[in-house]
Amino acid sequence: MATLTLRRKLEILADAAKYDASCASSGGRKRDSRDGQGIGAINGMGVCHAYTPDGRCVSLLKILLTNFCVFDCAYCINRLSSNVERARFSVEEVVRLTLDFYKRNYIEGLFLSSGVIRSADYTQEQLNLVAKTLRETHGYRGYIHLKIVAGASPELATEAGFYADRLSVNVELPDETALARLAPEKTPGEIKRAMGVVRLGIEGGKGRSYTGKTARVFASAGQSTQMIVGADAATDTEILARSESLYGSYGLKRVYYSAFSPIPDSSAALPSERPHLMREHRLYQADWLMRFYGFEREEIASAAPGGMLDPALDPKLAWALANRDRFPVNVNRADRELLLRIPGLGVKAVNRLIGVRRHKRLTLEDLRRASGGLKRVRPFVTTADWSPGGLTDSETLSARLAGAAKAAEPHQLTLF
Amino acid sequence: MYGVRLQDPLDLAGWRRAARALRLGGVAPEQVAWRVGDASGGLFDGPPPPEPPSGAGFSAPRELLDLAADLVCHRSDDRFDLLYRLLWRLKDEPALLRITTDADVAEAHLRRKAVQQATHKMHAFVRFRLVNPAFEAAGERETYVAWFEPPHRVLTRGIDYFVKRMGRLAFSILTPDACAHWDGAGGLSFTPGLERREAPGEDELETYWRTYFASVFNPARVNPRLMTQHMPRRYWGNLPEAAVIPELAAAARGRTDAMVEAAPTPPSPRTGRVQVKRAPAPPPPDAAPADLPEVAAAIQACRRCDLWRHATQGVPGEGPPQAPLMLVGEQPGDMEDLAGHPFVGPAGEVLNRALAEAGVNREEAYVTNAVKHFKHELRGKRRLHSRPNGTEIEACRWWLQTERRLVRPKVIVALGATAATAVFGRALSVLKNRGVVGEVEGGGLGFLTVHPSYLLRIPEPGEKARAYDAFVADLAAAHALLKAA
Repeated sequence: MATLTLRRKLEILADAAKYDASCASSGGRKRDSRDGQGIGAINGMGVCHAYTPDGRCVSLLKILLTNFCVFDCAYCINRLSSNVERARFSVEEVVRLTLDFYKRNYIEGLFLSSGVIRSADYTQEQLNLVAKTLRETHGYRGYIHLKIVAGASPELATEAGFYADRLSVNVELPDETALARLAPEKTPGEIKRAMGVVRLGIEGGKGRSYTGKTARVFASAGQSTQMIVGADAATDTEILARSESLYGSYGLKRVYYSAFSPIPDSSAALPSERPHLMREHRLYQADWLMRFYGFEREEIASAAPGGMLDPALDPKLAWALANRDRFPVNVNRADRELLLRIPGLGVKAVNRLIGVRRHKRLTLEDLRRASGGLKRVRPFVTTADWSPGGLTDSETLSARLAGAAKAAEPHQLTLF
Repeated sequence: MYGVRLQDPLDLAGWRRAARALRLGGVAPEQVAWRVGDASGGLFDGPPPPEPPSGAGFSAPRELLDLAADLVCHRSDDRFDLLYRLLWRLKDEPALLRITTDADVAEAHLRRKAVQQATHKMHAFVRFRLVNPAFEAAGERETYVAWFEPPHRVLTRGIDYFVKRMGRLAFSILTPDACAHWDGAGGLSFTPGLERREAPGEDELETYWRTYFASVFNPARVNPRLMTQHMPRRYWGNLPEAAVIPELAAAARGRTDAMVEAAPTPPSPRTGRVQVKRAPAPPPPDAAPADLPEVAAAIQACRRCDLWRHATQGVPGEGPPQAPLMLVGEQPGDMEDLAGHPFVGPAGEVLNRALAEAGVNREEAYVTNAVKHFKHELRGKRRLHSRPNGTEIEACRWWLQTERRLVRPKVIVALGATAATAVFGRALSVLKNRGVVGEVEGGGLGFLTVHPSYLLRIPEPGEKARAYDAFVADLAAAHALLKAA
């Protein structure tokens, strides 16, 4: 077999990694190299260094160590039975690329994953070795996100946590029985156990040991996971229930939803269609409502007939339209919890309005300046100078707002 | 009409001096023209502001000074006017800055946001080029140079980010306004702006970077509008990867169509040659395990009730295979569920302490639970224990019986009501029946006491201490039965 050039390997192994949605570099213990001893820093906020024409952020060098894989997951381009070209980086090659890219300010760090070769333990050892070399041989202090291979020993997962800022184990499919069918070598148990080990590591890293010493920092940017949306029959509300359980059980920072994407060399087990980007977008919105806006899952589900979120309306607006008896809300009197329920007002806008209303009575103009648009807000509020009258209960409201919503979020609509 | 001439576009100190004098002198914002540098003034350039009366003063809120530090970086001509207008209005409206929906305050915040964003984009889009690839041979410091054109004057404001990450590497960032230089050894300096032609040319790594950028893009998700929203075209001139954007965007649709329309491919010939580790098939539901390791493995596949769905794993018992003493708790908790071992959470700590005080070595006991999966409900981001019901206890009793059959303990201690139901096959009041209960069906002497988590829930310290002492005494009594049995 002809040896591949480094550039060709990069091409193959970046292409192989791109179906993982995560590219965040936020979180992580702040540190820097001002002392002249190392290289790299973490500012806590994360930086997106570029955006590809799909509008996705490029923050990390996201690659696989190898796309050889002994698993045969139907949805994956790197599955055993795929005819895709295979490649493998040496540890040294990944280290060099990371440092060279980092020094030129192309990236905030490395996100390294891998196909499973030989065994889960062997694969994890190789991933850990890259992180260890970066940290210990090169004094690298930038961001590292490592994948935990489900089935790897708890000791190796723990070692990964000492080198990496973030760890992730992908649950892949929301429905565990579908996982058994489409990813026959993976078991939900191994995936959950790996997430459990990571949570224990993170919680151990926050405390102090009994001797009073601060425990060794462990994956300070936490853990995340990804679910592929649209490859199995799970409904949106089933997916949200799974997320809720995962957030609660493993203290996840993020659940990523990745619309199942067509791949070259697809498997007969799955239909090849365009990715359902709007569905993915609505799931993120619903996820946000549950985590930052005080919505219960049942409330979102109540406005999602058949378990599916309305593609034409964002879930907050859909909920408001289905619960019009709760509106209009008097923005001069309502508490924070209720203000967060108003369509078109985000957390920042609500905080601003609460600050301002201590000093004056809010008008529509205040709402416009705080939120950046009144179209969705107007039917649901009363202010010092505005009352929606019959607008809140108008039968045509839903249709009109669906149109407004369409104009307000052009970026996730059908693109062709 | 007064005229104020500031030294340079970022002359915050000059603005503060002049603004102070103007406000003390009672000069309204409409009566001041602000100019920067030597550029010839307009028709309205007037005399300098009057000297303030000595001893007079006022204090501006910290928030305004912070806002001013950001706003001077904004490239708008009237930024100093806006700032002075805010300072002027504060005299009669002391809470003005907190009314963030006021027209002037909102405008100031919009500009601050633009400055913050420009800083952030500088952190993102500066692309360094290595200017001395032979630095090692030459005994030089590795040195990088970038050319950048920020929409606002944010070089100084945002330079810290680069100093922190580059550390011992030297770098310069050249912009039309000013240039920053870090020597890699603690020294940061600034020089006047330059023109683009003075910046270095290509870096060979840019080929790799473009390759990466093109490969990590998924054509099925193409969305150029979203891309330009985050990475506006004004930056493209200095981004090496921007060169490949047009062809990637143009080819995306065709590539996607090809993928969607292509028929599935036959499996690669490698498929048959690679030894695949299949997940072990779950054992048949009623096959009786022959030893404890088999129990531990089979519990993972247990579907006798539905609790497995939301638990991480089944938690089998642990201890010597022929332990004379068996301790049976209720069910694994949050920590046990993650770790896969019984009694490792807060209740486990109480149990360990009490066992030690009772003179019982935990290593010699077989410790298990009546129910093997963690039953819980979500409360926000936490899992709260919920008590297993009769059906679940009954479903899981099969496992406890199996463990008892294999271990054959002389004494079985049930901790709490759930364990009592599982061990004795009927509901028993713990406080009425604590102590020796009698011979258990299938062998072993049954003993009943409280669950250690009960001790954790007693609020009153005195009562808690008494209950704990009674628990220790119970454990000692159960242990003493071993010699008698």
